[in-house]
Amino acid sequence: MTDIPASSRPQRRFSLEWLGVAPFIVFAVMFLILPTLYLVGAAFVGRDGSLTFDNITGLFTDQILAAYWISIRISGASAILGAIFGLAIALAIIRGRLPDGLRSAVMTFSGVASNFAGVPLAFAFISTLGRLGLVTIILKTVFDIDIYRAGFNILSFWGLTLTYLYFQIPLMILMIAPAIDGLKKEWSEASQTLGATPLQFWRYVGFPILWPSFLGTLSLLFANAFGAIATAYALTGSSLNIVPILLYAQIRGDALQNPGLGAALALGMIVITAFANIIYLVISARAERWMR
Amino acid sequence: MSDQTFLRVQDLTKSFGATQVVKGVSFAFSKGEFISLLGPSGCGKTTILRMIAGFETPTSGTIEVDGKDITGLKPNQRRLGMVFQAYALFPNLNVGDNIGFGLKVAGVPREERRARVEEMLRLIGLPGYEKRYPYEMSGGQQQRVALARAIAPRPRLLLLDEPLSALDAKIRVSLREEIRSIQRELGITTVFVTHDQEEALSISDRVVVMNAGNIEQLGTPHEIYNRPATRFAATFVGHLNTLPPALFGPDTAIRPELISLSPRPDTDRTITGTVTDIRFLGSVLRLRVDVEDTSLNIDTFNGHAAGAPQQGDTVTLHLASRDVLNLGPQS
Amino acid sequence: MRPNKFWAWLVFGLGAAYFLVPLIATFEFSLKMRRGYYSFDSYASVFSDPAFQATFLYSTLIGVLAIVVGILVVVPAVYFVRLRLPGLRPLMEFMTLLPLIIPAIVLVYGYIRLYNSSSIIPFTGSALGTDILLTCAYVTLALPYMYRAVDTGMRAIDIKTLTEAAQIMGASTARIIATVILPNILVAVLSGAFLTFAIVIGEFTITSLLNRPGFGPYLQIVGANRAYEPSALAIISFIITWGAMGMIQLLARFAPRTSARTD
Repeated sequence: MTDIPASSRPQRRFSLEWLGVAPFIVFAVMFLILPTLYLVGAAFVGRDGSLTFDNITGLFTDQILAAYWISIRISGASAILGAIFGLAIALAIIRGRLPDGLRSAVMTFSGVASNFAGVPLAFAFISTLGRLGLVTIILKTVFDIDIYRAGFNILSFWGLTLTYLYFQIPLMILMIAPAIDGLKKEWSEASQTLGATPLQFWRYVGFPILWPSFLGTLSLLFANAFGAIATAYALTGSSLNIVPILLYAQIRGDALQNPGLGAALALGMIVITAFANIIYLVISARAERWMR
Repeated sequence: MSDQTFLRVQDLTKSFGATQVVKGVSFAFSKGEFISLLGPSGCGKTTILRMIAGFETPTSGTIEVDGKDITGLKPNQRRLGMVFQAYALFPNLNVGDNIGFGLKVAGVPREERRARVEEMLRLIGLPGYEKRYPYEMSGGQQQRVALARAIAPRPRLLLLDEPLSALDAKIRVSLREEIRSIQRELGITTVFVTHDQEEALSISDRVVVMNAGNIEQLGTPHEIYNRPATRFAATFVGHLNTLPPALFGPDTAIRPELISLSPRPDTDRTITGTVTDIRFLGSVLRLRVDVEDTSLNIDTFNGHAAGAPQQGDTVTLHLASRDVLNLGPQS
Repeated sequence: MRPNKFWAWLVFGLGAAYFLVPLIATFEFSLKMRRGYYSFDSYASVFSDPAFQATFLYSTLIGVLAIVVGILVVVPAVYFVRLRLPGLRPLMEFMTLLPLIIPAIVLVYGYIRLYNSSSIIPFTGSALGTDILLTCAYVTLALPYMYRAVDTGMRAIDIKTLTEAAQIMGASTARIIATVILPNILVAVLSGAFLTFAIVIGEFTITSLLNRPGFGPYLQIVGANRAYEPSALAIISFIITWGAMGMIQLLARFAPRTSARTD
């Protein structure tokens, strides 16, 4: 493909380009591939150093299964809600004929908010909906609604889900915006000339076209939430035993009497997030095919 | 063609902010006519089409179809068919579902839809293509499907927005013939927007030549070409030779094919000039002849016979005064 | 289409409320340190806290280091893959996808196990070694974004022609990258840099598990022990992240592009 004149010494140039790529490869191997492979391998090594499935089966205790289950539920809930609300907002700013500047403002904000996770986010929500949070107090004093007496608690499953939405929704907006942009104006115009109402357009053309991207991004959101720990740690501490927190405790406690189990926990996480990401990639690739 | 007005546009204007894009346009067409809106980019032809379709609201003026004012109707209430430059086939539906879309949203039962789709596919020459998807087909095929989709619900009016501009030259020619023959067979009143004058002239019943929001001329292709009413109409459509003012007066011109190298029964004037360039175009030789520092382009057939003029030759050109077009300020 | 617009405004309004109210609440809360009336006391407390200064400085330094290492690792790789080794592209894309698939906590666990004091490369054996490991961890976290930024930047300029033009004038490859390519992708690189910084400054998981005095763990400790300072820190954090992202948006307007496109 390249037609740089062969007058220079090909031999030296050949090794130079590999030299340029080498740092990246070495880096990726040392800090991505090796650690992951090591853990995957360690999951199958028993306490005595032999190959075993004991660690994997060891995952199937009540406590650990409960942790996985809660992780799946939180990731699922925040992914589904984040996807739906994110889609709604994205549709509103892109096709809702709102003032022009609004779209770029929302996109910029989404870029920021999708990175605003972790400890500060937890603080923000405690300040808003904690027992002494602004909204809690306003609801009590102005509207006479005591949400805490009604059973709400920010330090709970739904409180955490609500908090997770703060970065899930923006992520959805960012990822689905290109797909919505891809809905050519001519398609809705064509459907109008053919007599369809806006509802019919969305039902037969609009949403079906968006569906793969929606599903794919949903997967991504799921993986995103599954691996998140900082927010949960800061908000619910270890009261909500999600898998990352379990793993954190294992590592921190350094009571790794069972390093194999820790590795198995990690392996379980990798399998789940990889699976979700593969779904995302496959669906996206299939959706590309239509858009020729 | 009956001579009852089917499509009437009255004093239509459209402004976008401070810019007036359509400046008070009126025309009326009969049922079954094939009309082209012809003009350069920005002349307002597409805007007019979109106002007929309902995608733009006129700043003032009315649009009537079959005697009824449709200016206030939403696009999906107007019962029109439209074909877009970019085909606009729904990518997630196969050919059959695309064509049947208008019928489906109108509640037509499945069996009837299926039959109509089959009929349409035969009409456009793609029988059996029901299950194909748009991305599997060529541009020409997609546009034919788009046409079928537009006419399947039996619209009262067919609108085509530069439907051939995105296609290869050869397909453009064959497809425009096809569009015209389908239109004739079905008798649908059709409005065709294009910037290609050959397209407009070859298939239309009448042509509306537009420039900068105004109608320059409305007439049959024959009228537009041979008796252009304005300078713009004369120069936009076909080639034109400006004649030397010293010999013919100011602002005069003539079509190149009306000048010949030998006398004809109707020619009554001659001029002499020097051949400055000869271009070989296959079946035709195009000569450039300088007459009194005006360059004229003359086409002559590539005759195997006697001397074709050489560069530098002096030649005598024959023309008929009645073919001279006066482009000056109209009287 | 009147009804359309109503729903759009409604959805937008609800969304705006959800995203803005917590910020307002946090800010309001952060002003309540002094009983009775609003003040910036919590901010004063934060800024004067030596731990704040120390951890912020630490994270900033490591962040800068991570940016530099990131550039050194990514830029030549993207350059050579685009120019000479297009076959490696799928592999590169896969590797830059990995940090998004493998959660940070799994990565750091891997580092601790693999590079502990009794292994061949004992990063965690010393404070300096751990700092290096931490830097590399941050680079890894930011890798997908840095790669995409640099790749986009190089796509917008015709590196093939630039390279050939420079070669004809006798420049060596290293010189080409440093003096011809880099200045033209500076905007893209800076985008990646700001994103790296945003990631580093807020990172908690890896920093705390590697026991380094970073800003993330500091935030968490303050959150556990103090009442009003956490809100002030949250606001400060948000402003920093916003600032970094805002810079990226701004820079996007100044990205150079040559008219010829190679793909």
